[in-house]
Amino acid sequence: MRVPLSLNVNGVAYPLEVEPGTTLLLAVRDHVGLTGAKEGCDDSECGACMMLLDGRPVNACSYLALQAEGRAVTTVEGLADGGLSPLQEAFLEHGGVQCGFCTPGMLISATALLAKHPNPTEQEVRIGLSGNLCRCTGYDGIVKAVLSVAAARN
Amino acid sequence: MTQSYTAAESVDDALAALASGARPVAGGTDLVVSARQGKAPLPDSIVAIHRLAELRGVALDGDMLRVGALTIHEEIAEHTLVRERLTALADAAAVVGSHATRAQGTLGGNLMNASPAMEVGGPLMCFGATVGLRSQTGRRSVAVADLFAGPGKTTAGQGELLTDVAVPLPPAETGSCYARLEYRQQMEIAVVGATAVVTLAGNRIAAAKVAITALAPTVRLVPAAEEALVGSDGGRAPAELAAQAAADASEAISDVRASEAYRRAMAAVLTRRAIEAAVARSRGILVPVPASRYLHAAG
Repeated sequence: MRVPLSLNVNGVAYPLEVEPGTTLLLAVRDHVGLTGAKEGCDDSECGACMMLLDGRPVNACSYLALQAEGRAVTTVEGLADGGLSPLQEAFLEHGGVQCGFCTPGMLISATALLAKHPNPTEQEVRIGLSGNLCRCTGYDGIVKAVLSVAAARN
Repeated sequence: MTQSYTAAESVDDALAALASGARPVAGGTDLVVSARQGKAPLPDSIVAIHRLAELRGVALDGDMLRVGALTIHEEIAEHTLVRERLTALADAAAVVGSHATRAQGTLGGNLMNASPAMEVGGPLMCFGATVGLRSQTGRRSVAVADLFAGPGKTTAGQGELLTDVAVPLPPAETGSCYARLEYRQQMEIAVVGATAVVTLAGNRIAAAKVAITALAPTVRLVPAAEEALVGSDGGRAPAELAAQAAADASEAISDVRASEAYRRAMAAVLTRRAIEAAVARSRGILVPVPASRYLHAAG
């Protein structure tokens, strides 16, 4: 039985109809059509599906889409405003992207981290991103990218 | 397969839904993940309770800290009063999952999920916390120590909703610590965990509580460990006696994270570390929150 849902993603309201058990990840990818967020483990371990829900990080694979009604969802597509965000530019500059599968979740996670801790230490960045797994880069470029954005801001 | 979903606008809404067989969902971090892992399918009928503002937040009520069931782990870990007076609870809340888990997962959900490896259960049991359970027929208080009935099982009835947790603030001369054994220092589930709460009178321990985590079908208090500590100076020898009592009280299992024998051996190590850190904190010595990371490096 499908249920109507108005889902606000990156400032746009999408009128959807979903099964009650549909996850936020599935709703955004398959119903809205924004495929930036990825399904990695589908188990809240890898963070590839991470989005912001009212500004707070959420593993969208483990959240019911219907619970996002009336709230603001931000995906990686929403980070670029006219051009790439400083964080996205920094990922490119520091080699924080290789295969790219973890990148949308990394960018969302790092955005949440910097919003909460504008001037993090390297250890705080590493712990903050510990819910986001990357199998290519060894994390070094990612951590440097996040630190560079914090340094440029402060 | 879930057939029906409602979002409660009031506690009464939620209680009515529970009475007709629905299961509550808040942050989804256990319910939805379990369904994906095949542990338990999503319930046929779900009532979402995330909009119930009255179930959210931390407030001081006399000498009691009242924590709403929907309070997220992040807020608990960062709360000044929790860090200062209920430090073990901050130690525990700060290491649950990743920052996304801590931003969505709620205290009530974590308690009702009743995992033997849950982080906050030991601290809440040692502080003598109680939970409020509401149903359409009334409200009752249950000690956290009496809430857990087994892995994934509680003593709450089908129609009952956990609405709040009341934690008595301990005397000022109290120190506490939750420490867990972990392999990566972040983003994982306790292999073994231990909580210690000690209250000093002069140089002696006047009162103590010890609990073990991921070592029995539920988080468990260890009275024999408490007896080993009370009246002592809280030094290495009584800490080791209490730690051995904790190991003796464990009924560990072997699973993918550790063998039974390794868990039992580590029960003593983690309990000793938790006791030593709690004693240090009771004397005003800084042990950073969360303690697990720091104590692991300190040995």
